[in-house]
Amino acid sequence: MSVWLGILQALTLVAVLVVLYRPLGDYMATIYTSHKDLRVERGFYRLIGVDARSQQTWSAYLRGVLAFSLIGVLFVYAIQRAQAVLPYSLGFDAVPEGLSFNTAISFVTNTNWQSYSPDVTLGYTVQLAGLAVQNFVSSAVGLAVAIALVRGLMLRRSGTIGNFWVDLTRGVLRLLLPLAVIAAIVLLAGGVIQNFTGFTDVTTLTGATQSIPGGPVASQEAIKELGTNGGGFFNANSAHPFENPSGWTSLFEIVLMLAIPFSLPRTFGTMVGDKRQGYTILATMATIFVISLTALTLFELNGAGTAPGLAGGAMEGKETRFGIFGSTLFATSTTLTSTGAVNSMHDSYTALGGMMPMLNMMLGEVAPGGTGSGLYGMLILAVIAVFVAGLLVGRTPEYLGKKIGPREIKLASLYILVTPTLVLAGTALSFAIPAVRADVEATSIWNPGLHGLSEVLYAFTSAANNNGSAFAGLTANTPWFNTALGVAMLLGRFLPMVFVLALAGSFAAQDRVPATVGTLPTNRVQFVGLLLGVTIIITALTYFPVLALGPLAEGLQ
Amino acid sequence: MTTLSNTHKPASPDQHAAPHSSKPKKAISAGQLVAALPGAVQKLDPRLMWRNPVMFIVEIGAVLTTVLAAAEPFLGGPGESGGSAVPSSFTVGIAVWLWLTVIFANLAESVAEGRGKAQADSLRQTRTSTSATQVQDYNPETNPGAEGAQVRTISSADLTLGDVVIVVAGELVPGDGDIVWGIASIDESAITGESAPVVRESGGDRSAVTGGTRVLSDRIVVRITSKPGETFVDRMIALVEGAARQKTPNELALNILLASLSIVFLVVVLTLNPIASYSAATVSLPVLIALLVCLIPTTIGALLSAIGIAGMDRLVQRNVLAMSGRAVEAAGDVTILLLDKTGTITYGNRQAREFAPLTGVTEAELVRAAALSSLSDPTPEGKSIVDLAAERGFHRPESLAGDIVPFTAQTRMSGIDLAGGGGQIRKGAGSAVLAWVGEAGPVPEVVLAELTAEVERISRLGGTPLVVATGTASGERTVLGVVYLKDIVKEGIKERFAELRAMGIRTIMVTGDNSLTATTIAAEAGVDDFLAEATPEDKLALIRREQEGGNLVAMTGDGTNDAPALAQADVGVAMNTGTSAAKEAGNMVDLDSDPTKLIDIVRIGKQLLITRGALTTFSIANDLAKYFAIIPAMFAGVFPGLAVLNIMQLSSPASAILSAIIFNAIIIVVLIPLALRGVKYRAASAPRILGRNLLIYGLGGVIAPFLGIKLIDLVVSLLPGF
Repeated sequence: MSVWLGILQALTLVAVLVVLYRPLGDYMATIYTSHKDLRVERGFYRLIGVDARSQQTWSAYLRGVLAFSLIGVLFVYAIQRAQAVLPYSLGFDAVPEGLSFNTAISFVTNTNWQSYSPDVTLGYTVQLAGLAVQNFVSSAVGLAVAIALVRGLMLRRSGTIGNFWVDLTRGVLRLLLPLAVIAAIVLLAGGVIQNFTGFTDVTTLTGATQSIPGGPVASQEAIKELGTNGGGFFNANSAHPFENPSGWTSLFEIVLMLAIPFSLPRTFGTMVGDKRQGYTILATMATIFVISLTALTLFELNGAGTAPGLAGGAMEGKETRFGIFGSTLFATSTTLTSTGAVNSMHDSYTALGGMMPMLNMMLGEVAPGGTGSGLYGMLILAVIAVFVAGLLVGRTPEYLGKKIGPREIKLASLYILVTPTLVLAGTALSFAIPAVRADVEATSIWNPGLHGLSEVLYAFTSAANNNGSAFAGLTANTPWFNTALGVAMLLGRFLPMVFVLALAGSFAAQDRVPATVGTLPTNRVQFVGLLLGVTIIITALTYFPVLALGPLAEGLQ
Repeated sequence: MTTLSNTHKPASPDQHAAPHSSKPKKAISAGQLVAALPGAVQKLDPRLMWRNPVMFIVEIGAVLTTVLAAAEPFLGGPGESGGSAVPSSFTVGIAVWLWLTVIFANLAESVAEGRGKAQADSLRQTRTSTSATQVQDYNPETNPGAEGAQVRTISSADLTLGDVVIVVAGELVPGDGDIVWGIASIDESAITGESAPVVRESGGDRSAVTGGTRVLSDRIVVRITSKPGETFVDRMIALVEGAARQKTPNELALNILLASLSIVFLVVVLTLNPIASYSAATVSLPVLIALLVCLIPTTIGALLSAIGIAGMDRLVQRNVLAMSGRAVEAAGDVTILLLDKTGTITYGNRQAREFAPLTGVTEAELVRAAALSSLSDPTPEGKSIVDLAAERGFHRPESLAGDIVPFTAQTRMSGIDLAGGGGQIRKGAGSAVLAWVGEAGPVPEVVLAELTAEVERISRLGGTPLVVATGTASGERTVLGVVYLKDIVKEGIKERFAELRAMGIRTIMVTGDNSLTATTIAAEAGVDDFLAEATPEDKLALIRREQEGGNLVAMTGDGTNDAPALAQADVGVAMNTGTSAAKEAGNMVDLDSDPTKLIDIVRIGKQLLITRGALTTFSIANDLAKYFAIIPAMFAGVFPGLAVLNIMQLSSPASAILSAIIFNAIIIVVLIPLALRGVKYRAASAPRILGRNLLIYGLGGVIAPFLGIKLIDLVVSLLPGF
């Protein structure tokens, strides 16, 4: 029964995403190629002194991205430190330095890793003015960078790749804000709370007094999923009934997570003038998604042990209102995008099941990935795939008529290098530095042994890939993890952006070689297979040894 | 409307000249391997290895394991790795096979280089210093033949740009240059391998001589056009030896990708032990090195430079010299092929078939005029006109006095101004001749209409109409009629163009003919497009236009006229019979002077790229099997559960790791012949080629190591301790 229900959920999800693909994808293409500004946008441009018609070189665009994000980090850090004197702080104190640093970076980098329990740490001002704002803008920054890369592929002999401030503003005002409002209303209807009442003390049936937190949750929840952010209002995140009351709100939240990333290939296809290019990227993403979801669900349904046997699957850490399938679908969606919201505890999954969310992130979060970051991640992999296999047809490799020369391959390679290095170095350093290791073993790891290793590995994988979900058994609010994960998030977000924008500039400057029958076609089923192969071999194999030490060793015991 | 633009082509350019070029070489022989071995060992020098980062890593690994293997007996044998005991000969085994891996890689390069060495040696002999007779104070105005001029004898090595030398029969030409006076037959076999002598003469497009060739008859005065050490032969030697080989853009890009893959795996290996230490499963250094070497793309890293050298070598074997590897790569990317009609698409020698006099002109008049203007025309067309005229009763006069008006690509006509008021005769393209007649007065409408009809009739037949006109001493000029030159399309050319079309290459025929003739020939030959009544400027403009659209253009050329177009084209193949200007402008020289070879060059370019891609794909796909061999073996002692991943059922952890390393080394040797010979290229659409190659090198790359490692393991497991 539950299997059929699961399949029904999956089919509903697919149907909704299919319906959204064309209108949402084309709408985004219109947003980023339109020559008209809204009145409110014109006012905003005047305010910040930007000429909306001016175009930026890739380096100017990058400076915009970095400057804007730096200001974001400083601001979010400052208001956390100043929480004690801010209104609506619910009486919470200033957030400690290390945690403020980590949290500021976390939300600006679209990671939303939370080393703290939000419901007992942050007041409404920080939640709204700091975190919620970053939920919108960090997502819009990701979209802007992806669009800049698509423009690079689209333009011919151009020194510029668009205007960051315009892309950012349009992403927020024309896309994220309206969609988030609609989504928030739907969530409200679904029972998600929205108030400013702080804590309410209630007397329970047994007579005990319980303090029930309130807050503007629905508005946060909408952008949390839509912008693939994932930072929950409550510690339990989307497993909390105030954030995610029922099975259908859970499915709706999954739709929100996947809507933009899965529609971006359409935007790409429309912008480069070949919709089949978009379908190829989409097909690759969807294939990975289906394989990963199937594997995770099978692992969870077949969990070994007495309890899973009785429950018909591994129900530990999962909510009964979602069930196994509602949980695995959410887990797959949240880790294959850069969301990181959870409606079940990944730490409690079966060993091999717990490996899947990790593997999803290790793939680089490209299926479909975060808002923007998924598309540019996949396009980078396409560049590598074209380079390796493009030679096989006897031409120097080209993607969409752009030659992949030394400069392009250098940038794509550097992109590929960043996350594995951060993940592996971070995990290794946690155990290699004696003082750190002592602290990690004594304070952070709650489940010593193989599972403890997986927890640390998961943390760095999640941070470097800007996911933000956690293997819950790890106490990360320590100086080491706050700092190391903060650095991993920062570098994992912005180094790739540097390379993507440089690549965009390099592509834009090139002419477009016309396609002939001798050109490697990148809009066919064949290329889907190729891209899949490259994704798996280039990214997943990097992590094989370390997975063998953690979840694989644990699962195959 | 008609021109003789192509009449300066060699008489029979379609013959494959050098006999040694047609004989395919075997990819590799045991003797070659042995001969290359010393070179391979020499290349172990880290200063040389550094240039190949992937193999440099392997060499460092080899040094480390060697040191460990030597130290182990004193440290109490190899320690445990990943919780399992290691046989005492394990480290030695790894060290030996790592050294072999590096040597095999160097061997591939040495063998590739060795093939060019023989040719370089014979070329070098031609470079041996000869003496040169240098003319002092050469004056081209008063004494172009430098008869009795003051000369001095200097060494050919001391010749510089602009020097003028005299070369007489029996002497070697001391340096590259242009003949400024005289005509001579020259033996160029040292360079082209073709034993039949060629004629070189001053002026025109056949004035270039190459240093090291021998003058067989007559006396010539040559102006030196190259600096010492930068002659054609010097460049050839550098090219065939691979000394001048610079990494091409694509090779550079591939190297970057391989280096970054190596870095990723280096990170994987370096971080492994700290992480493993948490589970008390640390592995020993030799095992780590083995893992690293197996993961980094050694196969392609080892063969990459051999593939490049072999690609150049394949061109050399076909008597084509590429001035840079970049040009060979560009050849694979060519999307437009500009081909001269005459000599490439049609046989060079057009034959006069018919004299078509206009009304009021007798055939005899036309025959006489056409024949007289052709008497001093040495081209096959000219000769065929005289021959046909003789059949029609024309008698060759005892002597002919007059000024010859040579053909130029600009005037598109030639002729003769007879001495003693004998009048003028012009023959050539209709438009050009009509313009000439028009200078004297308007051409009557009737004549024009009849001429146009006649020209069109011949054009539709695919022939070249050659209009003949005369002028009297008093200034009257009349059109006499048209000579029909028949053009014959080469056999099999249509199939070759169809093949090119299947590769995604458009062919454009360039011809001086009018568009009617061009249409007929184009349809008959199956080219995609044509440029009719083309001047060199038109050709250059066409190339620019196509390049602006993003196309890569290849062309052949030999005349000085062609030089700008050759320089503009992405692949410009100059004929060896051509002028120095043309050879200088192009980025390849065809020693056989065979314009159809352009098609072969494109194939070789594609083959080079495919080979590179195939071995890269194969190399990366291999990683999958190696992982399944090594990962379960590495931690088998601590996590016996990982044995599930040992799907090859390898006998022991030590054997699994050693077998993977041995496979990694042996696969290089196995693939050397493929790297040298190149992957077979069949003209087909890109998706089909890709599908086929992915199946062979992608899927094959996944499967082959599973089988190979298993087989090697069966042997290794027989060793004591494994």
